[in-house]
Order: sequence, then C-alpha cells, then structure tokens
Amino acid sequence: MDNTLFKQYQQMLKKEKRYVRLYQLIILLVFFCGWELLSRFGWIDRLIFSSPTNVWHTLVEKVSDGTLTLHVGVTLMETIIGFIAGTLIGTLIAIVLWWSPMLSKILDPYLVILNAMPKVALGPILIVALGPGYFSIVAMGALISIIITTIVVYTAFKGVDPNYSKVLQTFGATRWQIFREVILPASFPTIISTLKVNVGLSWVGVIVGEFLVASKGLGYLIIYGFQVFNFNLVLMSLLIIAFFATIMYQVVELIEKAIVKNNG
Amino acid sequence: MEFLKVENIHHSYFSNTQAKEVLRDISLDIREGEFVSFIGPSGCGKTTLLSIIAGLFSSTEGKVYIDGEEISTHNQSLIGYMLQQDYLFPWKTIEENVTIGLKIMERSTKTHKVTAHALLREIGLPHVGNNYPRELSGGMRQRVALARTLAVDPKILLLDEPFSALDYQSKLKLEDLVVETLKAYRKTAVLVTHDIGEAIAMSERVFLFSANPGTLHRVFEIPSELQELSPFDVRQHPAYSDIFQTIWKELESLG
Repeated sequence: MDNTLFKQYQQMLKKEKRYVRLYQLIILLVFFCGWELLSRFGWIDRLIFSSPTNVWHTLVEKVSDGTLTLHVGVTLMETIIGFIAGTLIGTLIAIVLWWSPMLSKILDPYLVILNAMPKVALGPILIVALGPGYFSIVAMGALISIIITTIVVYTAFKGVDPNYSKVLQTFGATRWQIFREVILPASFPTIISTLKVNVGLSWVGVIVGEFLVASKGLGYLIIYGFQVFNFNLVLMSLLIIAFFATIMYQVVELIEKAIVKNNG
Repeated sequence: MEFLKVENIHHSYFSNTQAKEVLRDISLDIREGEFVSFIGPSGCGKTTLLSIIAGLFSSTEGKVYIDGEEISTHNQSLIGYMLQQDYLFPWKTIEENVTIGLKIMERSTKTHKVTAHALLREIGLPHVGNNYPRELSGGMRQRVALARTLAVDPKILLLDEPFSALDYQSKLKLEDLVVETLKAYRKTAVLVTHDIGEAIAMSERVFLFSANPGTLHRVFEIPSELQELSPFDVRQHPAYSDIFQTIWKELESLG
C-alpha cells in the first residue's frame, strides 16, 4: 500500500517536471518563432530588430571566417580573469578587515561610498591610467565586483556564531587558526553565493569596458554593429553573451553544490 | 593539596552607559579529581567565573591557578570546555571534530586516528567516525563534544550547562556517561548548572552563588554515600531529597 502510494508520488513528481520542461520549451519556441514571424510580416522593423534567420546567417558567416572565435575568446578570457580577480581581491580585503577590527572601523564609511559609487563611471579614468587595452577592461570586470564582495564576505565572517570560535579558543587557538578552521569554512556558502552575483557583474564590467576602448570582443562587436547599423551583429553578440554567461553561472552552481554539501 | 585555586576574583563588565560588577571577591579551592558544581540564580556570574577559569578572558582583579600554574589566555591543554550546545563543526567529519583540539595544538598527526577511535569507543559511538554531525542525534552530538574535549587530555574540565539543550532521557544518560568517564580518567571537573538535582547527582561539592553582584554564598558537601553512586542512582537514593530541600530553601532565601 505504502509502496504504491510512494510510486504514485514519484510519478506525480516526474509528471510535474515534464510539464515544467515542456512550458520552458514552449516559451523558447514562441519567442523565436514570434520574433521571426513579426519580422517577416513587417510588424517590427527588420533593420532594427533583425530576425532569428538573419542572426543565424550572420553567425554562420562569422564562424566560418574565423573572426567570431577570436572575439568570443577575448571577451571570455577578460570576463573570467576579471571575475576571479574581483572575487579574490574582494575576499582578501574582507580577510584584512576581519583581522583588524580597528581598520574596519576606520574604513567603514569609505566602503559605503565606494559601494554606492557606480563603478562603470570610473571607466574613462581606468583607461587613461592603465592604457587602452585588455588590462583596463579586465580591471573594469574586477573593480565592479570587488567592493560588494568585500562587504558581503566581511559580513559573513562577522556573522559566524562566536561559540564556534570559543571552542577553538579553549584549545588555545591563534587568530589565524580560528580563521582557517572556523571563519573561512563557515563562510563558504556566502562566498559561493557572491560568486554567482559576481559572474553577472563581471560581464557588465567587461562589456562596458569593451564599449569604451576595445577593438576585439563581443562588446566591441555590439558597438561596431551599432555604428554601422548592422543589428544582426548586435543581436548575435547579445545571444552569445547570454549563452556564455549562463554557462559560467551553471559552473559556479556546480561548484556550490560540491562545496556546500556538508555545510548544512 | 588544591588543584584549582581561585583567588579574590573581582570582575566587572563595561558598557557605554555603565559598569556592572558581576563577581565580587570569589575565592575557592578544588582538589584534584574532584567534581564540583556552581549553581545560583541567573545573573550570579557563574558562567563568567567559568570563562575566567578557562582563560577566555581575564578578570578585572584576582588570580586563578591550575596545578600551581597561573592561568592566562592562550594556555594550552590545561582546560577542556564544554558548551551548552555541542558546536561540532558541520563541515568536518566526527573524527575530524574529535581531533580538532590536537590539530590546533599541532601534536603529531599520526596518533590522531587512534585517539579518535579510542575515544569514540569510550563514549559508545565506535562507528560514526566518518559521519557528519548532522547525521547524529542531539545526545550523540554532545557525547562527541565530550570526546573532543577529552582528546587533548586537559587537566581540568569545565562544563557550562552541557546538558541543558537535551531531552530528559538523553540528559540522564549523558550525566552517567560524563561522571563515569571522568572518574575513569581521574579528571577534575567544574559544572555550571541551574538544575539542583543535576548538581547533587553529579558532584562532590556544590557551590551556591548569590546574584548582584555574584558572591559565593555557601558550599554544600554531598554525603560520601551519594558520591559513590552514578548520577541516575543518586536521584533514587533516600538522602537525595533531603539535600535537594536544603539547597532549594537556601536558593529561595536568596530571592
């Protein structure tokens, strides 16, 4: 009896999952078919909104002449480096602040200002200071996520139940040992969740950086396509960005699952 | 010969608006291998006193000696401290939790596995070494916390209401286990509790504190015939309720 009920329950779950997948697929199809039809029948301006088939042709063309791999490669590289640098530096600053409560008190208002400040506005200054090249674009990608990482991770460090530290203190642990054995592992879930936010932020930083200065990359393609009024190119770049940003996000989620498994 | 010596401890907490005196002129001696309890109304500073003995922070005035050595912060392996909850690290296995003290003290890692194994057997959980804390019940987790405390072979055990978060049955069982284990290892122990019955059942002497500010009010000797028994059997003994009444009345008189 129980067994049949359980089987029914499992089947119900399966069925629900299938429906969810089905509707997700329908939304995707409706979007692309609708886009194609609207554009074919001239209800939206073909020149501005392009159409899936045109985007596809552009994609095939750019892949076959080898330029797309270069642009995608450059942007991906910049984004990944910017993302890792932003997260690492942000976490390192959080560690320094945790280490010295005095320093964290002193720096508190500056963190607030830096956090409130729109980082992309610093773009022109970065380019002037670091030169118009990959380095300043990567710096944009990193800069945009550093401060928010610092704030979130530092808050997580401070939020760790002090009784865990007390346990180690009774064993005579040093501050560094307490950090390594308690504070850092207890904050892993938070650090991972900032990674997810930082994936999105780094893309923003890098794309804006490429808007400003680059001669390669997906951000450059968007700006170039805009300037020569080739919106096939713009929309293709957008779709590629969406694709790779999603993959990066999924990778971070996989890492999260692996690390957070035993933290519950 | 006293093993733990507390000498004229005064302690005050300071906040933005006031200074609050929590302990006034506390002096007491505890013999080696003795099990004593601190009881008293809330706010009598018994947990504060325990933290001072543990070296978690220094008292405003006064000194604490363990085995002739003055206590300071960062003393190693002198004390073992058990908290109200187990505070096992959820991201470490049971075995890693038990040996964390040894790791902190950087003792040779070769013996860790053996120590953990022996201790887990001692507390009646020989097969959980590779499990994670969340897979264990509250009582089992607190037993592991006891093993973690004993792993570093401390000179004295400080128990800060370690049974208060447990259900009654687990609590009675753990009381027996703690007394039995400490007797086997001949450890000196101080228990802070708000449960008079627990204090009588487990200890040889009970220190009653009064509040505002915390002072040592009275010391009760538990009769030797009760000291021989396990905590569970003490609760069944005819002499138990007399002592309970005495301490209860004294506690009531403090208001």
